[in-house]
Amino acid sequence: MKKDLICITCPLGCQLEVDYDKSKIIGVTGNTCPRGGAYAEKEIFHPERVVTTTVKISGADPSLLPVKTSGSVPKGLTSKIIEEAFKLEVKAPVRVGDVIIKNVLSTGVDLVATRNL
Amino acid sequence: MTRNVEALVIGAGPGGMEAALALKSSGIESILVIERENAPGGILMQCIHNGFGLHHFKEELTGPEYAERCLEAVKKTDIEVLVNTCALDIIDNGDTKKVIALSEENGMMDIEARVIILAMGCRERNRGNIAIPGSRPAGIMTAGLAQKMSNIYGYLPGKEIVILGSGDIGLIMARRLTWEGARVRAVIEAQPCPGGLNRNIVQCLNDFDIPLYLSHTITNIEGKNRIKKVYVSPIDAEFNPLAKGSFTLECDCLLLSIGLIPENELSLKAGIIMDPVTKGALVNADLMTSVNGVFACGNVLHVHDLVDYVSEESKYCGTRAAMYVKGELKKGREIPVKAGNMVRYLLPRKVRPGEQMLLSLRCIVPMVNASLVIKTDKDVIYTKKYRKIFPSEMQRLPVENIPGDAEYLEVFFDNKKPVAGV
Repeated sequence: MKKDLICITCPLGCQLEVDYDKSKIIGVTGNTCPRGGAYAEKEIFHPERVVTTTVKISGADPSLLPVKTSGSVPKGLTSKIIEEAFKLEVKAPVRVGDVIIKNVLSTGVDLVATRNL
Repeated sequence: MTRNVEALVIGAGPGGMEAALALKSSGIESILVIERENAPGGILMQCIHNGFGLHHFKEELTGPEYAERCLEAVKKTDIEVLVNTCALDIIDNGDTKKVIALSEENGMMDIEARVIILAMGCRERNRGNIAIPGSRPAGIMTAGLAQKMSNIYGYLPGKEIVILGSGDIGLIMARRLTWEGARVRAVIEAQPCPGGLNRNIVQCLNDFDIPLYLSHTITNIEGKNRIKKVYVSPIDAEFNPLAKGSFTLECDCLLLSIGLIPENELSLKAGIIMDPVTKGALVNADLMTSVNGVFACGNVLHVHDLVDYVSEESKYCGTRAAMYVKGELKKGREIPVKAGNMVRYLLPRKVRPGEQMLLSLRCIVPMVNASLVIKTDKDVIYTKKYRKIFPSEMQRLPVENIPGDAEYLEVFFDNKKPVAGV
């Protein structure tokens, strides 16, 4: 099977042409660095995304704390993680990197703060 | 209140902070940064998505994380940052400059400085800039305002959203608003290619099956109190709307992501000469404007797509501004740099022969297999091949050794034809 992908590992956005079968990548062309090949394999078989959103915070101005997943999570879980974040309210002070939800939805990654508030 | 400093930086976004840090590490003692908002960080504070810092910090950060890193570096120094302070005027007194600024805490301030760095950033183009016909209901706003509403204040700007323009902020907001429960009905782009970065097309539109209408525009807005409907039409190569293929979209919110303009009211009042293409100051190889002792960097100079390049440029600018204060800037002969075939703009517009330069440029249209050529009046001194090149991606090229006898430099693409819709 063939699929056209845009590599998003870096801002260059190489246009990849990926040849693959049910279980493996047969060939990738169009990438300008090895990261393109790795991206294609992941995007086809295990697409992942970093989730960024906000949670409510009390005792700080503004009253929203930006957060992110500390690593990428399966693409299918992104909306569920946002719902989890929506339910929360944390208290100031919070520092960049503080864990807001540990091992969110058993993904093995944490939801962490991205701002000092 | 009167203040006297060696260097004044206007704007505490990533550009201003990096410039201030560079001034400090170059040995400038007293540095003041003034910021109009109530906290430093600039627009990064509302850009809660990731994708920043891959060049500058060699890791992927969100906007606030990037800003916090700059701020932490500033806090380790004695650089003073005054927030809630708005610069009103720059007065050139020759060897020193005076800036009149206003703040609630300090009232009217006269700030005297040996050198000024402009780092005010840019602002969004609005409905008035492109004159969309129709009524004037609520619910029409720039993508950046919607970003501030949702990411700083926690309001959803609408539930049924149409986005005009495929700039990065619009794309990012398409994802953010979808994640937060709104339905993004479409992104409409007048150009035949997207305005934003590829990764944003992939992660913000394709991931959610949000349609992108290239070569389309909005020809009418309906709604009395709140926006109800927009009319979308395809456009021809001359940007004339076509009746055939037109359709309507019901919505309660229209976001505009139709470009950014450097915020240069202050620079204009100071009599600084502008580049009509970039809408930023005309600068020489030191990033000094037409007014001696006033430098510019970051988005106020030209709109960048990556903050990493803002930091890089601002660091260089701070270093040069420090050399100016210490009287170490080389004077020497300056030659013009001309923008040739397919070059929308380039910067700086003046360089000194015998030195190196860091060239920033954008092409006019997407191209494949294009060669960038830099030549003097005599020889080709630099070439670079691009498999693909897009106007949305600013290029930064270090060019070594400009020959000492060059009369001018010309930068152009030696390619056959532009390719539409790449």
